[in-house]
Amino acid sequence: MVSQARKSELLFSGSDWDFAKLSRVYDEIEAIGKEELRLDIYPVQMEVISSEQMLDAYSSVGMPLMYRHWSFGKRFLYDELLYRKGARGLAYELVINSNPCIVYLMEENTMALQALVTAHAALGHNHFFKNNHLFRQWTDAGGILSYLDFAKSYIARCEERHGLAPVEAMLDSAHALMEQGVFRYHRPPKLSSEQQREGLRERLEYEERSFNDLWRTLPPSQGKNKPEAEDESLAERKKSLNLPEENLLYFLEKNSLVLQPWQREIVRIVRVIAQYFYPQRQTQVMNEGCATFVHYTLMNMLFDRGRISEGAMLEILRNHSNVVFQPAFDDPRFSGINPYALGLDMMQDIQRISTEPTAEDRDWFPDIAGRGDWRDTLLDAWANHRDESFIRQYLSPALIRKWRLFVLADGADEPHFEVASIHNERGYSKIRSALAQSYDVGARRPDIQVVDVDLLGNRHLRLQHNVKDGILLEEESRDATLRHIRSLWGYDVSLAAVDAETGAMLSERSTKEI
Amino acid sequence: MPIFIDRRLNPKDKSLGNRQRFLKRAHEELKRSIRDKIRTSGIAEIDREHAVPMPRKGISEPTFSDAKDSGRRQHILPGNKTFSPGDLIPKPGGGGAGSSAPGNTESEDDFRFVLSREEVLDLFFEDLELPDLVKLNLKQILSFKPRRAGFAATGSPTNINVGRTMRNSHGRRIALKRPKQEELDAIARQLAELESKPSNAATRERIAILREELERLERRRKRIAYVDPVDIRFSRFDPQPLPNANAVMFCLMDVSGSMGEREKDLAKRFFVLLHLFLTRRYERTEIVFIRHTHEAKEVDEHTFFYHTQSGGTVVSTALEEMQRIIEQRYPAAEWNIYAAQASDGDNFATDSERCIELLDRRLMRLCQYFAYVEIIDERESHIFGSTENGTSLWRAYSAVDGKWPNFQMRRIAAPADIYPVFRELFARQPALRKSA
Repeated sequence: MVSQARKSELLFSGSDWDFAKLSRVYDEIEAIGKEELRLDIYPVQMEVISSEQMLDAYSSVGMPLMYRHWSFGKRFLYDELLYRKGARGLAYELVINSNPCIVYLMEENTMALQALVTAHAALGHNHFFKNNHLFRQWTDAGGILSYLDFAKSYIARCEERHGLAPVEAMLDSAHALMEQGVFRYHRPPKLSSEQQREGLRERLEYEERSFNDLWRTLPPSQGKNKPEAEDESLAERKKSLNLPEENLLYFLEKNSLVLQPWQREIVRIVRVIAQYFYPQRQTQVMNEGCATFVHYTLMNMLFDRGRISEGAMLEILRNHSNVVFQPAFDDPRFSGINPYALGLDMMQDIQRISTEPTAEDRDWFPDIAGRGDWRDTLLDAWANHRDESFIRQYLSPALIRKWRLFVLADGADEPHFEVASIHNERGYSKIRSALAQSYDVGARRPDIQVVDVDLLGNRHLRLQHNVKDGILLEEESRDATLRHIRSLWGYDVSLAAVDAETGAMLSERSTKEI
Repeated sequence: MPIFIDRRLNPKDKSLGNRQRFLKRAHEELKRSIRDKIRTSGIAEIDREHAVPMPRKGISEPTFSDAKDSGRRQHILPGNKTFSPGDLIPKPGGGGAGSSAPGNTESEDDFRFVLSREEVLDLFFEDLELPDLVKLNLKQILSFKPRRAGFAATGSPTNINVGRTMRNSHGRRIALKRPKQEELDAIARQLAELESKPSNAATRERIAILREELERLERRRKRIAYVDPVDIRFSRFDPQPLPNANAVMFCLMDVSGSMGEREKDLAKRFFVLLHLFLTRRYERTEIVFIRHTHEAKEVDEHTFFYHTQSGGTVVSTALEEMQRIIEQRYPAAEWNIYAAQASDGDNFATDSERCIELLDRRLMRLCQYFAYVEIIDERESHIFGSTENGTSLWRAYSAVDGKWPNFQMRRIAAPADIYPVFRELFARQPALRKSA
């Protein structure tokens, strides 16, 4: 029985939403999230959009502003077609790692869904963006929107000045190397503020204006540069160019001899955007898990306090279970591990281990088992881990049994898959490390580095692909990508495949042969 | 409380620029798709949206990616039911490619997306080399001409209808009894008269009354304006589709064996272009297909383009058939008659005289326009040029050409040659733009 007094406390009733209701629900969810889960968030900016605008946002990699490129048009056509056919629904929301945190709400959502989405994106994702160390270190939430604005107008100006075709060619080449355009280890330079960028561009323009060809004709100074020791000079030039370098875009931007200043700036823009998305790719399970955990917990709390009606809660739960649905591997609907499901299950598992641990949990997680305060453990995990380390640290045997995970070894030359480990005593740690490994973005991406370039000689750029587990590159796209590198570098480029364990040279491909 | 922004009313088509860049990128392939469309679909069907397959060349985005058929991997999967460590599971497909991820390459082939009418026409016009103004006209759905349609209380100052406005003002002035200038003048005259006379009590009183009356009338005049905003009327204009009439288009083609695939393809484009022009100009356009060998017959579009028939070539039969159909179904008083004839120029030796006679005596009087194209081999094009000698039909028609201004003839060898046939037709077109 619902008493009259409780009914009047409902945050909303009926399925239609309006801005007053949205605001009331947000305030309540924010208060309860801060109080009960100790969430720490950026201010929120909610934007209501239509389905077409959602499609637009999809095609421009989820950003509200983006420069123009044909590949976004292509993506839009695919997305639109899938959507129109009904093959795929649209997301209920889209959230952007910026300060203020921008949350897109779809206008078609019912009020119950809007509440769910508010908890999921405006609280869950928002907290994760603000607190996770990867985002804190590698992205500048406050600067990204103005940077994209700059990028968009800069590229539009380049198109006006230099024509569509050269700008497009530049973007094509830079896009091909986006995967190889991130720093993985050392901290990237901060996004400079608008004024600094403006100053930089002015300086480049000044250099362009005051370029004097006469300087080139000066005779080189005499008496130096006698070739003494080849090895020494090789080591020296590697050192001076900071080789080996795994961020190909960065290397080309700084050292290419043929790029015009505006071309360098375009390469830089693509590189900055690639770097901005790098943390998101490393924290998919955690990010979605955090948001799902937050919305599930907050919605249940609201329901327990009588602020949400049973009908609305039922709708919320139905949507929630659709989102965290994980079919088994032999199910026709199976398409890999659902990050929402894995993230949520792991976080709820942490909650369970903290409050009611079994003997096994005490064995595996002496630090957190029975500690009581699951909030601290979760807040700590959200702040300090990425998918790979999170799974390596927190995937419990209980969860492996629940999911019935198993590892299948797949050698390309063998006619069979082999079941390597299953959910038993011997398998737990192997499954855990295999799963963690599969979420290590850095390890899964082909490891390609610039190893040598002779700037004074024929300027041949040498790349090296460190082949792990015998996994080679797909040849057709490799050749096409090499052509792109050649156009950025201006001279011949070769790529050597070297076995990472033995150091044996497997093959070498040069743009001369293509 | 968060900041709310309602973006639903923002301009749509944010990704239009990206779409245009994409279409440009895939241009060649799309052009080929549209050309196939023209070949396989009806003349009248070009003028609308078309779904085209996703282009495959030139739109790949290469990156360094792992080859699926090399190396050692581990897959972690949920939902184990019966497996124990060491079990061997044969790979699906038996081949070396044992990837568990379903490739989406096949489904991408079925991807078709819709090109808008404008985009289709752009691709169609591509190598016809039409002048821009003509392209613009053809892409316009309808031409409009403003036509008077009564009066309106609102409008732009340039459209004020003075007559109607003054009539309203007059009526209002009568109804509200606005004092006329004459009345004021009469009182002023009386006053002057009285004031010039020696004053006594009676005249002073009279003067005071008159003064008061004069003041009252003047106040009233001020309050009731001569032309009040409520009087103003504007002429209203309705955009009227132009011109409002029917057209029939006769397609005549020689289908004897000498007309091959290329010739028919060119002829079809020629017909499509004329049809596009007619649908823009006339509300209703019908097409009649007449094919001929040594005898002519009215057929449907499919038969017209795809069935061959053996036989000799007697062009006059087609002209006779056309004349018969005009008399039966399309009286020249009600229909604008356009004819387009395509042929390779062959004709039965003595028939050309008959053709001249038919055209000269009857058909050219009925037709708005008659266009004849002779489709020649590209190698011949520079031999013939624009010289007078040529096939028998060409020589015969040359005589008609000189006599009738609405007769056009041309040899075409490539798509770019088609437009000049119509140049005069399009040039004669008055400025059919909807007036702002």
